Amino acid sequence: MARLEISSVSKAFGATRPADGLSLAVEPGEIVAVFGPSGSGKTVLLRMIAGMFEPDSGDITVGGRSIVGAPPERRGIGMAFQNFALFPHMTARDNIASGLRASGSDVANRVAAISKLLKIEHVLGHAPRELSNGQKQRTALARALIGNPDVLLLDDPLRNVDAKLRYEMRLELPNLLRRGTAAVLYVTQDYREAMAIADRIAVLIDGRLVQVATPADIYAQPASVAIARLFGDPTINLAEVSPVAEHGMLTTDVAGARMRLGAADGLAFPGACWLGVRPEDLVVSSASADDAIPARILAITPMHEKAVLLLRLADGTEWLAALPPDAPQGVADDSVFVRFAPDAAMLFDRATGLRIGQTHRLKAA
Amino acid sequence: MEHSSLAGRIFRGIALTLILIFFMFPIVWIFMMSFQNNDQILRIPPRILFEPTLANYEALISGQLRTAAGSLQMPFMRNLFNSVVLSSAAVLLALLLGVPAAYAFARFKFRLGETIAFTLLSFRFAPPLLVLLPLSLYYQELGLSDTYFGIVWVYQLIALPLILWIVRGYFEDISPDIEHAYRLAGHSWREAFTRIAVPLAGPGIAAAGLLSFIFCWNNFVFALILASADKQPVTVGALAFVTASGIQYGQIAAAIVLSVTPTLLLALYAQRYLVEGLSLGAVKG
Repeated sequence: MARLEISSVSKAFGATRPADGLSLAVEPGEIVAVFGPSGSGKTVLLRMIAGMFEPDSGDITVGGRSIVGAPPERRGIGMAFQNFALFPHMTARDNIASGLRASGSDVANRVAAISKLLKIEHVLGHAPRELSNGQKQRTALARALIGNPDVLLLDDPLRNVDAKLRYEMRLELPNLLRRGTAAVLYVTQDYREAMAIADRIAVLIDGRLVQVATPADIYAQPASVAIARLFGDPTINLAEVSPVAEHGMLTTDVAGARMRLGAADGLAFPGACWLGVRPEDLVVSSASADDAIPARILAITPMHEKAVLLLRLADGTEWLAALPPDAPQGVADDSVFVRFAPDAAMLFDRATGLRIGQTHRLKAA
Repeated sequence: MEHSSLAGRIFRGIALTLILIFFMFPIVWIFMMSFQNNDQILRIPPRILFEPTLANYEALISGQLRTAAGSLQMPFMRNLFNSVVLSSAAVLLALLLGVPAAYAFARFKFRLGETIAFTLLSFRFAPPLLVLLPLSLYYQELGLSDTYFGIVWVYQLIALPLILWIVRGYFEDISPDIEHAYRLAGHSWREAFTRIAVPLAGPGIAAAGLLSFIFCWNNFVFALILASADKQPVTVGALAFVTASGIQYGQIAAAIVLSVTPTLLLALYAQRYLVEGLSLGAVKG
């Protein structure tokens, strides 16, 4: 039982700063996903915790004890690598057992137990080159898990496995990782993976943690327009707006239609903003209304569980709408009208990118 | 290759035979010469069939070189022994020094690292004779001339750069993550080096060791200048075959066969370590 705590950790390689004052705590038994675009410093953070290089400043503690400067083998850390990093000259069994210093029948029992859990018992005698990518990743996970480490670091472990297996592992991993009491840091570039696996998501952009919150909170209340764009498929719709307060309600003009954006919350005039609306919050109909944006349907992409519509608003802005799969048949005409509920709208300051107000959207939570 | 035509197979067979004859002929011819006496060798036209004699080998092993002008002392077996001792010791020392150094050059960036690595390689550029003059003076001053250690040391000029540069490339090909993974599993730096890096670079180490053994074995000038008769390897000792009363071709051939044998055995033994592809499938390519 040990808490992983990262306090104001910074690291620079020449002009780039992959870690710029990072602070994050992971409780025992908790899974925190470190999510960010490539090059945002996710792997550097993991490698500093693992001891492959040391932070320039700041501290990393496990169970209250600083691990900075300690050699990797004394940090009590298990790690699964994106490229698997199996030992090619050892069998899967020896790969897994290498995580245990002891020898004897206890090792055999523990290897058997963990490989049963990960469903790789039948390939224990194989060399890594004889394993499929999925089996390699399971072997690497078994190796990381077998020592019951205090801290478990997973560096995009599902990056190199095929889609079906990735889906299976997304379901299996949370249970596997919660078996022990390890504090888990899970690095991924896939927001869906982060949302499926993690208790909390730490969003890392350019070496800074811009938001740390539960998956639902991040989706519903992204701290900035950049985060809003990273979560969601199709991505969030944005429009440049300058809202004004009218009778305690913010309103704005979007492509010629007067849209209500929820309670003003004391904001008389928030200034130049980005308006963000999730594609699934758009309602598309052929009926005109005051608060409906006229648009044309440019394309419909059926995706089985939903249909994605590419729309061109009256002012030329292109938006996406995600509708139930059979909904597009209801809008036969090319010319449609788009609406959204006031509480579905998010406002971001156009200068800073930060979200304005506390427009709570309980629907998504 | 099941989809090749009959003509293709025949052509390949002929080509292989020609190449084999081209490369094997001198070796086979020397092997045959070593069982003939001078008269049989110099007969024109040469004959494939002859009555084999072991006299050449007897002469070499007993150290009594018989020529037309009489008997001559020739410590061939001593030379052979010297060659084995000098080359093995030089390669072992070069491996002990070169493999860790190659690892350091492959894994760590340090000040002047590339410069040092290149300087070591440049030892191979210098003409040995240019190095030898000052070296022999130093050796006399230090009391190193005509010692096994002195020659083994100077052989490092041959073996060390070779091992360093070949093995370095092999270490660089191993993903550092594999070693990181081993360390995180609770193993020290030294264990990661000996149990992960060295076994995975095994083919490279075997190849570099074999090559430097061959180069050390065939070296002539260093031992010629720095060693006296009882420390000289076969390459220098072979000079004795050129005698005032002619050249003993049969004995030279027997000497070649004997002196090639250790290298050949080593090459056959090292062959199984030269197998590539051990590290395939370790990391996602």
